[in-house]
Amino acid sequence: MSASDDVRDLYQEVILEHGMRPRHAGRPERFDATAKGDNPMCGDRVEVFFSYGPDGRIVDPRFDARGCAISIASADLMAEAVAGLAPEGVRQVFARFRDMTRTGECPVCDEKVGDATMEMLRPLAGVHDYPSRVKCATLPWHALMAALQGEGQASSE
Amino acid sequence: MNDLALPVLDVAKIRRDFPILSQSVRGKPLVFLDSAASAQKPLAVIEAMVQAMETQYANVHRGLHWMSERTTEAYEATRDAVARLVNAADRAEIVFTHNSTEAINLVAHSYGRGVLQPGQAVLISDMEHHSNIVPWQMLRDDHGIELRVAPITDAGELDMEGFERLLEDGKVGLVAMTHMSNVLGTYTPAARIAQVAHAHGAKLLLDGSQAIVHRRVDVQALDCDFYAFTGHKLYGPTGIGVLWARRDLLEAMPPFLGGGDMISSVTYEHTTWAAVPHKFEAGTPPILEGIGLGAAIAWLDAIGYVAIAAHEQVLTDHAIARLSAVEGVTIFGRAQDRGGVVSFTLDRAHAHDVATLLDRSGIAVRAGHHCAEPLMRRLGIQSTARASFAVYTTAAEIDFLADALARVREFFA
Repeated sequence: MSASDDVRDLYQEVILEHGMRPRHAGRPERFDATAKGDNPMCGDRVEVFFSYGPDGRIVDPRFDARGCAISIASADLMAEAVAGLAPEGVRQVFARFRDMTRTGECPVCDEKVGDATMEMLRPLAGVHDYPSRVKCATLPWHALMAALQGEGQASSE
Repeated sequence: MNDLALPVLDVAKIRRDFPILSQSVRGKPLVFLDSAASAQKPLAVIEAMVQAMETQYANVHRGLHWMSERTTEAYEATRDAVARLVNAADRAEIVFTHNSTEAINLVAHSYGRGVLQPGQAVLISDMEHHSNIVPWQMLRDDHGIELRVAPITDAGELDMEGFERLLEDGKVGLVAMTHMSNVLGTYTPAARIAQVAHAHGAKLLLDGSQAIVHRRVDVQALDCDFYAFTGHKLYGPTGIGVLWARRDLLEAMPPFLGGGDMISSVTYEHTTWAAVPHKFEAGTPPILEGIGLGAAIAWLDAIGYVAIAAHEQVLTDHAIARLSAVEGVTIFGRAQDRGGVVSFTLDRAHAHDVATLLDRSGIAVRAGHHCAEPLMRRLGIQSTARASFAVYTTAAEIDFLADALARVREFFA
C-alpha cells in the first residue's frame, strides 16, 4: 500500500514471506502427535503434527491451516522454532511468545547473548498493537500445546 | 460525490447528524462501511436518551408519580411508532425484546413449543444468520420438530421450486426466513414466500434485521405472521428489539420469560398472564433504549424510505461496478433484487488481512463468516470481507474502498 509504513510493524517482510510461502505446511505421512485449533470468531482452523525423536525431542513439526497471513506465518515460524526442542523447552518458548504478543516486548531477545529462538519469532511482536489479531498468532501454539498434552483439540482462550 | 447524482437524499446534511463520522481513525478520515453489523446513531437518538435521563427517568408501568408517567408515555409512544413503521393492525402486536435474536427465540419458545406439535417441521433457508438457525435447532432437539433447509441458487436467491417442494408434505408448520441476507445482500420475495407458505398451511416469520433498515416494511401487505428486527441496526441504540406478530397468534402462545410486568395476578397457587403484548415482556424493559428507538424512527420518517431505498440502490450499483473492476476481487451474491451489503474476497489475501490493511487506511469493514457458517460452506469459502452501507454512506467512500483494495492487492504481491 502507499501508506505501507504503518502496516509494516505487523506485516513485516518475514511475515509476508512465511505467510504466503510457508515451508512447513502440509500433513506429513507419519506423525506421533496432532491436534486442531479453531478460532470460532472467524472460522480459522489449524492442525499441527509432529513426531518424537528417540530422545523425546520434537521432530518434523508441520501444520495444515486455513487462515490469514498472520496465522500461517505464526504456524510456519513456530515449526522452525520448536524443531529439535524437548517438550519442556517448547512450553517455555510458548510462555515467552504469548507474553510477547500481549506486550510487544521480548526481554530475552535483548540480553547480551540474545535468545535465538525468540529472535526468530520476534517479527510477530507487532500483533500486540492489533488486539483482534493476537489470537491469529497464538492459535497454532494452542494447537501445539494440546498435541503435547495428548489432547486432540485446543480449547479456545 | 463525483458525478453520481443522489438527488433525493442530502447526504452531506445527514452526515452532520452523526458526530462520530467526522472523526479521524489512525490519522485518516473515518470511512465506516460496517453499518450492517450496527449502524451509527444520529444526534436525535443520543439527545432523546440523554434528555430522558436528565429530566424524567423512572421505571415504567408501575409508578404513580409524574416521572414514571412521563417515562411510560415516552416508552409506549415508541410502540405506536413501531406499529406505524411496520403498518401493524394493532399496537398490541408490537412486542419489545432486546434484539432480533431474542425475538426469534421468543417465537421458537412460545410458538415452537407451545403451538407446534412434535412431528411438524420448521423450514429455513440456506442463507440464514446463526440467530435464525440455532433457535430452531434447539427446538428440534427438545421438542421433536424437524428442521428443513431450503436451497439457494448460485446467484444467491431462494430456489423457489426447492422451497415449495419442502412444503409439499404439509408437515411444515413455520417458515422462518431472512428478508434480506446479511452476507449476500439478497432481498427474499417475502410476499410470494408468504403466499406459498400459507398455501401449504405454514406460518411465516421474517428476520427483518437488515431489510427494515433500507425498505419500507408493511407486514399486512407482505402478509407474514411474525416479523423480527433490532433497534441498533436501525440507527437506534443496542438492547432493544422488536417482534411483530399477529394478535391471534400472540394470544394463542404461552409466555416466554416469567416475572414482573407480564402478569395479571400472582398467588402461590396460580398466576394469570397480562394481556398481549405485556405477556411477553417480563421484567423492567429497555426503557431508555425504547425511547432512543422512538427517536430513531422519527428521524427516519423525516428522511423517508423512498429516498433511503433510492440511495441504497445507487450505492449498491456503484459498489458492485467499482469493486468488480478491482483485479482479484470476487463478489458473492448476484441476486436480481439485492441491497447495500457487499461481501467479497481478494485472491491474494485472507479476509482478515484485507480488513486489517483497510483499517490502516481508516476504512472499517467486517471480515469473517458473518454469523452464517452454513452459508459460507454453501459458497465454498471460509470467510469474506463485507462492506455495508447506510444513509450516511457516500459514493466517494466506496471509491476510496476500491482504490484501497487495489493497493492491498499490491501489498500482497
